[in-house]
Amino acid sequence: MTKEHIVKAYDEELAELDQMVSDMVAAVREQISQSVVNISKYEKGGLQKSIDFDETIDDMQVDIDNHATRMLALRQPVAADLRKIVVSFRISNDLERIGDYAKNVAKRLDVLVDMDLPEEAGFSITRMGRMVNRMLDDALKAYLNGDKQLALDVIEADENVDHAHTAFFREVMTYMMEDAKYITACTHFMFITKNIERMGDHVTNMAEQVYYVVTGEHIKEGRVNKDKSINVSAEL
Amino acid sequence: MTVTEKKTADQQAPAEEPKIVATNVKVSYGGRDALHGIDLEIVARKVTALIGPSGCGKTTFLRCINRMNDLIPVAEVTGSITLDGNNIYAPEVDVEVLRRHVGMVFQKPNPFPKSIYDNVAYGPRIHGLASNKQELDKIVEKSLRRAGLWDEVSDRLEAPGTGLSGGQQQRLCIARAIAIEPAVILMDEPCSALDPIATAKIEELIHELKERYTIVIVTHSMQQAARVSDYTAFFHLGDLVEKGETEALFTNPKDERTEAYISGRIG
Repeated sequence: MTKEHIVKAYDEELAELDQMVSDMVAAVREQISQSVVNISKYEKGGLQKSIDFDETIDDMQVDIDNHATRMLALRQPVAADLRKIVVSFRISNDLERIGDYAKNVAKRLDVLVDMDLPEEAGFSITRMGRMVNRMLDDALKAYLNGDKQLALDVIEADENVDHAHTAFFREVMTYMMEDAKYITACTHFMFITKNIERMGDHVTNMAEQVYYVVTGEHIKEGRVNKDKSINVSAEL
Repeated sequence: MTVTEKKTADQQAPAEEPKIVATNVKVSYGGRDALHGIDLEIVARKVTALIGPSGCGKTTFLRCINRMNDLIPVAEVTGSITLDGNNIYAPEVDVEVLRRHVGMVFQKPNPFPKSIYDNVAYGPRIHGLASNKQELDKIVEKSLRRAGLWDEVSDRLEAPGTGLSGGQQQRLCIARAIAIEPAVILMDEPCSALDPIATAKIEELIHELKERYTIVIVTHSMQQAARVSDYTAFFHLGDLVEKGETEALFTNPKDERTEAYISGRIG
């Protein structure tokens, strides 16, 4: 739907909604970069920064919800406009949750920074963080361009995050078996990657919502979570 | 991954028995085509809204359903419209009888310059529906009650209908239309001259009336179509572009023109 509305202010408000979602995605990606992607550069005290930034993200969610509520009340949107506005509530909610997970990661990093760590573990976490950030970027592009295929690609990409989480689960187990001094740190790592895996799930939700905006159809529930870490066992 | 097979508007064909079936209805005024072959089924005891920009043919189509276009000398109607399976354009059809079964409410309230009572009693009198005064009283009261007007006028039935407020006058016209127990009520923008409260009362009334009557409403207000109708048909430039359940049509229209019109992109 490229044609403009007869009422220009309506178009401006829809454009503003897009901008707000874009800004929130950018903020969440920044939050993930600070804690997850740049884990090797993490410095003590980063947690406070993360907490402050999380508040900003929470405010963005409220702003999106208020803007969307106002449009529902004043514009009586229908069809694709209606779907976009309704979905913006859910997308902002998913983004807010992702921000929370990133903050949770920072909490653990603030503890980990004083510990002896298996060096390679950081690389896997960085890689997972990059995966999620790329998914977020693609989900936003799909949202802005009404790109149904890209939304489906994002959903598929989440499998990679799930697989990476399973693989990392095995990896940290070997560190723990090699040297018991890593047990505390590795337990934190497990929570961190679980958080990242959950971020991927929320980006997937966002992509599913984008698919609905574009097509008017819901993707059937029952997407298989490829996180197999539950099946991993250590053989001593 | 699978995608749920949510039906789009056009696929949700009315499951119920159609009351009215229009097949390839074409109308021209003095050689100029106004409708290009409309196929539409109107479901019994449901509200069907006809929407579309000015000049799209929605009112022309509405007027075909009780042969109001017969009154326009240059109008030519072809195709068929059946009511309960009988072609209303068949030569043997008495138009007066047809209009007893298919009542009409107009854009502007048009009560007769008579008392409230006589406005409602007029139809039953000329059609001989009451054999005595008591029966006629009953019909008048029942009709005014169904039109949601009884409580407001029961103490002044002899007052002129034209002295009522606009919204009351429109409900009086609805009472007049239902006094002869039609099967179908056609409404041509019945709220366009009314304020929001009077509009809400008419909309509530439409909701109640559909238990007994099949209602076809032409409206310029898409919000009104969304609020009151079960089915919606979108007309554009003399074509029926899309028809279907109102909910489907307003959340996920199939045709780009429908989407553009209902979301305020083309007028």
